[in-house]
Amino acid sequence: MIPAQFDYVRPAAMHEALQILVDREGDAKILAGGYSLLPLLKLRLASPALLVDIRDIDGLDEIVETTDGLRIGSRSTHRSILENPVVVAGYPLLSDAAGGIGDPQVRNWGTIGGSCAHADPSSDWPAVLIATSASIVLRSTAGERTVPARSFFLDTFQTAIEPTELLTEVIIPRAPRPSGAAYAKLERRAGDFSTVGVAAQLSLGADGRIAAAGIGLTAVAEAPFAATAAEASLIGSEPNEAAFQAAGIAAAAESRPGSDSHGPAEYKRAMVKEMVVRALRSAAGRAQAQR
Amino acid sequence: MTTQHIELTVNGQVREADVEPRLLLVHLLRDVFEMTGTHIGCDTSNCGACTVLVDGESAKSCTMLAVSAEGRSIKTIEGMADGATLHALQQAFWDQHGLQCGFCTPGMIMQASWLLARNPDPTDMEIREGIAGNLCRCTGYVNIVKAIEQAATELRAPASTDAPAEPAAAS
Ligand SMILES: Cc1cc2nc3c(=O)[nH]c(=O)nc-3n(C[C@H](O)[C@H](O)[C@H](O)COP(=O)(O)OP(=O)(O)OC[C@H]3O[C@@H](n4cnc5c(N)ncnc54)[C@H](O)[C@@H]3O)c2cc1C
Ligand code: FES
Ligand code: FES
Repeated sequence: MIPAQFDYVRPAAMHEALQILVDREGDAKILAGGYSLLPLLKLRLASPALLVDIRDIDGLDEIVETTDGLRIGSRSTHRSILENPVVVAGYPLLSDAAGGIGDPQVRNWGTIGGSCAHADPSSDWPAVLIATSASIVLRSTAGERTVPARSFFLDTFQTAIEPTELLTEVIIPRAPRPSGAAYAKLERRAGDFSTVGVAAQLSLGADGRIAAAGIGLTAVAEAPFAATAAEASLIGSEPNEAAFQAAGIAAAAESRPGSDSHGPAEYKRAMVKEMVVRALRSAAGRAQAQR
Repeated sequence: MTTQHIELTVNGQVREADVEPRLLLVHLLRDVFEMTGTHIGCDTSNCGACTVLVDGESAKSCTMLAVSAEGRSIKTIEGMADGATLHALQQAFWDQHGLQCGFCTPGMIMQASWLLARNPDPTDMEIREGIAGNLCRCTGYVNIVKAIEQAATELRAPASTDAPAEPAAAS
């Protein structure tokens, strides 16, 4: 199908893009990879008056490790994250998640910033950013602000981002060692969105017990969310099967899945438990390997 | 209605057009440049029939605006054969019966060419994952995987001008 008419601009610099967002507040939408926005435009579920293509803005696709942690530019594609040497060497959670997003073409063009700004309730990056307690950096003509991922995803397709703001990067803090993290995705068909997606991160104390835990869930509520009761249940426990099962049960109780073509709510809740256990097992294995 | 002037490279040739911003790359190729080898199989960016290479990266051309393709280099199925000599992938799809109705084939071949450029010796599983964004309603994929394996073997062989001897084309 053919989208409704709109105007198109491709600013060469960040300040130009931000000014356009102010001048055309409410009318303008940013275009990144287009793999969420164009399907909406084609189906005429969205009809913005102006698209602001951020392809030519420098510095939005860098991935660098700093003292703050890993900073990922918003225009980094799923593939560039998957193949980044720093990610390959030290962030298996990101590799797990990126490798499972959509299909090769989606990974070639879809971006982490677009994924977060679009906030599909079944998208994978939000769960990862929640589990790792990442922050999301937003810029406007008024300056920059940083929003914790845990308070960024407000509702289905709704985030803390203002119409005049551009998402510039996400920052994933370095977890205290030994730590491990993993992503477990249940999908109905190859390349599909998650039926249930679980990101889990564990840090172990000197006594080998769980000192910190992060669990982000996707596709089982109106927005991706932190399974805080499950996280709390893990603190102070040995990283063993009993603890993982208890956390799985807590996470299932916290989720609010709807019944749809991926399955009935009851099934999804059962799968939350199972996928939380799998993600925790894998995260714990990776944490043990760092001891 | 405002149009924008764009210039891009398609199969090595510089092309220009005045387009509405809402024109999709696939419509630019099919309707404006009359290159109908690139197919449209869905409205939801799922099927991959429209796959082309954009600056070497496989893309669903129904999910990119023509104006966003400005300045970029596009390769389509029409750019694969060398005159009357089929590309190794095209020949392999023929040899291995990698198509039935053929609707998915241009996208499948462009996606396979992207895969082989990055991974010249893929395993069966890597091929299957590599074409996960391309749907085929006819073949069941088995012969598509075989075709990509055949092409991979041929493309890896030291450059030789000999045409592949076996198996004979069935027709
Ligand atoms: C077939 C298919 C399968 C998919 N499967 C999955 C999957 O399994 N898991 C998954 O998580 N996703 C999946 N996706 C979605 C895909 O990951 C998208 O690429 C991603 O959600 C959006 O990124 P984008 O760069 O394409 O954003 P765009 O489509 O360009 O933009 C999406 C939205 O974000 C806004 N936006 C983009 N960048 C910024 C920015 N820097 N600042 C502010 N706003 C911005 C846009 O205005 C728009 O509203 C799939 C998509 C398709 C087509
Ligand atoms: S036409 Fe189906 S993905 Fe482009
Ligand atoms: S050959 Fe018919 S869809 Fe693939």
